[in-house]
Formats: sequence, structure tokens, C-alpha cells
Amino acid sequence: MADTVVKTPKLDELEKGKWPSFVKEIKMAAKTSPMAQDLLGQLELSYEQKLGHWKHGGIVGVMGYGGGVIGRYSDMPDKFPNVSHFHTIRINQPSGWFYTSKALRTLCDIWEKHGSGLTNMHGSTGDIIFLGTSTPHLEPIFSELTKAGFDLGGSGSDVRTPSCCVGPARCEWACYDTLAMAYDLTMSFQDELHRPAFPYKFKFKMSGCPNDCVASIARSDMSIIGTWRDSIQIDKDAVAEYASRGMDIKADVVDNCPAKCMEWDGKELHIENSYCRRCMHCINVMPKALRPGKDRGATVLIGAKAPIIEGALLASVLYPFVKIEAPYQQIKDVVAKIWDVWCEEGKNRERIGEFIQRVGLGNFLDAIEVEPVAEMVAHPRENPYVFYEEYFEEDETAEEQK
Amino acid sequence: MPEVMQERLTDIGPPHYDKFLPPIVKENYGKWRYHEVIKPGVMVHVSETGKKLFTVRAASPRLISIEKIRNYADLADKYCDGYLRFTSRHNVEFLLTKEENIDPLIKDLRVLGHPVGGIQNSISSIVHTQGWIHCHSAATDASGIVKSVMDELVGYFETMVLPGKLRIALACCLNMCGAVHCSDIAILGIHRRPPKIDHENLHKTCEIPSVSASCPTAAIRPATVGGKPSVEVIEERCMFCANCYTVCPSMKLNDPLNDGVSIWVGGKVSNARHEPMFSKLAIPFLPNNPPRWPEVTDAVKGLVELWAKNARKYERMGEWINRIGWPKFFQMAGIEFQKEHIDDFKHAGLTYKRSTHLTF
Repeated sequence: MADTVVKTPKLDELEKGKWPSFVKEIKMAAKTSPMAQDLLGQLELSYEQKLGHWKHGGIVGVMGYGGGVIGRYSDMPDKFPNVSHFHTIRINQPSGWFYTSKALRTLCDIWEKHGSGLTNMHGSTGDIIFLGTSTPHLEPIFSELTKAGFDLGGSGSDVRTPSCCVGPARCEWACYDTLAMAYDLTMSFQDELHRPAFPYKFKFKMSGCPNDCVASIARSDMSIIGTWRDSIQIDKDAVAEYASRGMDIKADVVDNCPAKCMEWDGKELHIENSYCRRCMHCINVMPKALRPGKDRGATVLIGAKAPIIEGALLASVLYPFVKIEAPYQQIKDVVAKIWDVWCEEGKNRERIGEFIQRVGLGNFLDAIEVEPVAEMVAHPRENPYVFYEEYFEEDETAEEQK
Repeated sequence: MPEVMQERLTDIGPPHYDKFLPPIVKENYGKWRYHEVIKPGVMVHVSETGKKLFTVRAASPRLISIEKIRNYADLADKYCDGYLRFTSRHNVEFLLTKEENIDPLIKDLRVLGHPVGGIQNSISSIVHTQGWIHCHSAATDASGIVKSVMDELVGYFETMVLPGKLRIALACCLNMCGAVHCSDIAILGIHRRPPKIDHENLHKTCEIPSVSASCPTAAIRPATVGGKPSVEVIEERCMFCANCYTVCPSMKLNDPLNDGVSIWVGGKVSNARHEPMFSKLAIPFLPNNPPRWPEVTDAVKGLVELWAKNARKYERMGEWINRIGWPKFFQMAGIEFQKEHIDDFKHAGLTYKRSTHLTF
């Protein structure tokens, strides 16, 4: 089969152009991998027919784990025998996606030996993705990965691999150590990550500031976004320098402030911090002059998800501000309560956000023993249909009514 | 197998990130003072200690071979003492301590075919899913559209001429592994034909109550077909979410005659200025036209350029549309407003225009 070169006229079109070509990558792998060759053949057929040729899932994995491997089989195994199995392996990435060349080469060597040689760096949730291997290779891959210090990520109804932004490793805006927290939660929840026992997936994402570079507010069941409680730190000289270098501070900074809490008199920038919404715009525009305050922590939000099933949700506020310090006990305690309630009451394939929509945020807060605060809502209710739980009877005395 | 079992390690988790941080990052961890963008794709972070860390960001197709990863490793060895990282949008970043290494590295990356850019007011790499390369439920390919669109837009990756950031994402079905629902421009694969039920096999592979329960509009009910237990679909209630297919392989929605692509605009994730927003439907349907999807490519390019021409400095797509109003957006974009644009799912009423704030 290595001697019969697959003809791929449609895919060849995608080798042209300036953007890096995935077809070139598959062809690179196909030089030595029969799997990658058959992948090209099957993909060319998909391009001709406008139809995918992968069968629905399939339960495969490594011993003792219920997640981390996505079974994948061609629906044309006779025509493309080398992709009759084409399983994905999710490997838990290191926090912040930092690597040494040595670690990457180790991963490549394992994958060269046991798979198609194709990867995603990285998958949508953050894992290293090894694309395409067969069932007999799964245990050997797992064994070699763990010897090299790597472990599988999540899949199915489990804790999905937590991910975080670059954080304090290379960003002046990080309001807490996202890398440390992602690592700590990942290690603390190893059992929940490898052995699916939930109604559906549960994702943690950690962003160091409200710019939210890992899209946690849109994509995670628990979103931990760095913020600060005190005043934005201002370096007056640096503000003046931005102005003298031609920045229109009124137009670029003050007029874009959503809280209208800034004033610029041509010499000095004043911020009424008690009205500041921590949106980051002014800091983004003048990183040399403005910095998040010193009393830092995070806003914790809950319940984001994509549309399936009951519609897309953005995460909403659970705690307006918490200090983020190891061992993150407040977060872990509330997560335990959330999982208890959701595992007990949640329906199959119901994300926590949908669960909250179904039972009501007020009832959910009761169940996890968190007090309601005004920061949790965009505005209070607009309808008068309150579910009061108690009422007085005729014979109750005025004393009791107090 | 037995020798594998003997030393079987489990639940070890990922390697500690500390092992992979370059010395300059370890020394200045949490001490970064500010950063500046030097030129497209290149920035410098300056520490309180005065130390400078230069970052060069390069595009990647996300789907990369081990040969390419080894190329990256070689470049990291050559210029960065063996350290590198990846971003949340699949870019690769080289972390340099020597400013004089920036240009030679960029030159090497160009030879390798990887443009440098994606920082500040630019279009970064498209977050996307697997498509026909690896997914059973894909209504379109992912990598092919991304490649075709970015071939057109790469100029905006390599420069910083746009009014603000623009983030594009692609998901090949409504499961949205690429979580495209909060992107400036979202490209979404869609099905348009109710499931074709494999009555022969359904009872062997699926639990009928679970299939029934999986439908968010209660369009699926148990039925006996040809003497076999199966289900029937009330087709006018089907909104093509494919949740039934996810729980049951006998409910196939993929259909080359009807599958295609929709385009959504105006979402954002960042809290800067306006709060995070969902993307909204701009173009209900465009055909699957591989290998280059010209209809999709033209539509996306048109939207990018319309926004670039009309938005104010810093305004994201959604902020611009909020300012001018949706009717004006449709008019300027030359998109016909159709019934499909009007929400009819839960809370649809909240999306109706409930004021006289209209432009003419």
C-alpha cells in the first residue's frame, strides 16, 4: 500500500495558499504512516461526496479509565483498512501549554511508534490530541506516556481536562496564579477526571483577568476569572508619556469606559474606582501606565456551555470575589456540594448550567448553601410570580407573626 | 501485556508546568510589569527586575504532524534554549531572551511556512473542530474551510491594521466542540434534514427511551416499524440539533444534499468595554462546496472588511453592530433578512425589538 500513492486532487488544492496547510501535514505523516495515507484517501472521498466517513463512537480505552480515548472507526474499512481503527487519545497538557523541546520530542517518538503521527496542538478543551491509532496500541501508548510523566485527559461525562491562560508566567494582568490552580485542581480531581460518573461533562477554566484568554465564561462549567477589589494602580508619569506620544486619552480610554468612571483633564487621569467594572479596557490600552489593583482574587462563575441541548449559556456569577490561594478550599468545598446536588438530581446529558436553569438559581443556591447576592443577576425579576414557601394561618398570633 | 502491567502507573496527572518554564519565566514569575507590541506577532514583556522576554507568535493549522512538532523543537533549541509554548488559539509561541534572535527566527518560520502575527488588532488563528478528518457528526469539514478562509485573511493576521481584535471560530456541527457561540464571526456546520432512521438496527444498538428523551422538542416517540421496536420523528418539530444521533447511531442526520454552513456574528468573550455576548445569526445557509468553499470564504471576507471599514477604534464586531443596529447591519452587509433569523426557541421573545429605537 505504501507504493500506491493515493490521488487527492481536491485536497491538493488546499496545499496552495499562504496559510499553513493541514493537507501538507497529513502528507508529511503519510510518508511513513499507512494510517495517514488512508486518512488522505478517505478525506478525499469526503470532499467528493460532501460526507464524513467515520462511524459513531465506540467504547475503547485503557484499563481502569473510562475517559481519555475516543473510539473512532471508518465506515469503509474495506477500502481504507489502515483507518478501520482511528482512535483519538487526549493527553493532559501542562498548565499554560509550556513545553521543552525534549518533552515534545518524547511525545513525538511515542506517537511515531504507535499512531498516525498526526496531532492537534491542541484540542478545543486544551488537551494534546493524538489523532488516530488502533485498539492494540492503547495500553502500550498509555504505559509509555505515563513513564514519560504524561497522563490522559478527560472525555465523556467526567471532569474534563482543566485549562488556564498563560497567567503570571508571562502576563502582567494575571490576578492569581492560573497555572498553579489548574495544576492543583487537575491533581485533586484525578479520579473524577479519569472515571466518568457525572450526568455529563464538567469543565474548569482559569483566566487570570477579565480579558479571559481561555474563553472560560463561554466554555466552562466553572469559570474562575481573575479580578481585583481595590483601585487600579496608576503610574502618572507613564500616563503623561502615553499622552505626549500622541494617544488621545479621552477618545481612546475615557470615552470607552463602560462605567463612565474616568476623567482626563489633559494632565491627570482620575478614576472613580468604586464604579469601575473591572472591564480591562483602559488597562489594555495603557499597559505601561495602568495595572490591576493589589487586592487580587477572582470572580467565580458557573454554567457556561454550547447549545446542545437546551441552548447556549454564558456562565453567571457564583462568587463576586474570592481570594485565590492554595489549597483553594472554598472552591473545592462548593464544587463538592455542586457535584452532590447535580449527580443526585441532574438528568442524563444535562450540564450544570442547564440544571440551574431547570431548578432555578435560587433553589440551586439553597441546595449548595450559598447566600444570594445582587451580583448574581443582571437585574432582579420582572414578574411577580414568587414561590413563597410559607404562609400564616388565621389562628396564628400577632406574636408569632413577628 | 504482562510487563506493561507490572509497572502500570495511573492517575499521575500532567507533568508539573514548572519543568517546562524557561529560566527567565521562573525568575520573573508574577513580576511582569508591562508589555509592548513591537511589531506584528512580536511582543516584549518587561519585568519589575528590568528583564525582557520577547515572544514571537506564529500561525499553525492546529492539525500538525510530528515532523512539524520536531521542527518547532529544533527552532526552540536554536533560538530559545529549548523552550516554547502554544496559545489557546493553536498558535505556537517562541520565548526569546535575545532580541537579536527575533528576525532570524521569523525568517526560519517563514521558510517553514508559518506566518508570524495574530497579536493585538489582528485576526488570530481560527479555533476549530475536527470535521471530516475525525468526526462522525460533522455537517461540514473544519480544516478545509479554515485553510480557505485564512488564505484570504492572512494579511490581517500579519498586520495590525484592523479597528480591534477579530476572533473567528468554526464548529462542524451544533455540538460546537469549538464553542463558536461567542465569536466575532462564527462558521457553523448545520444539518437541515431530519434523522434517517435505521429501523433494522435501532433496537439492537440504542435504548428507545433514551432516544426519545434526548429530543429537546419531544419530536421523537417510540413506534413499531416493520414489526420491530423503533422510533418515529415528528419531522416538523425537528430543529436538526442531532442530539438523538449523539445518543443513537441509528438516527443519522448527515446528508450531503442538505448539510451546509451558517455564519454568525457579533459574539465576544472578553469583558473589555461591553460584556461578553453571544454570536447572532447573519447568514442562515451556505452550501458545502469543497475543496475551497468559495461562498463561505467570500461571506466571511466581506463581513471582515465591512466591519474594518466602518467600526470605530477598539470596537469589536458586536459592539459595532450594537451601535448601528441590526437592520443597518443587514442592509450594509447586503444580507436579506429572513424568517430563519427570528428566534423561535426558548426565551425567543426577549430577542424581539421592544422599542422605537430604529434608524431609517
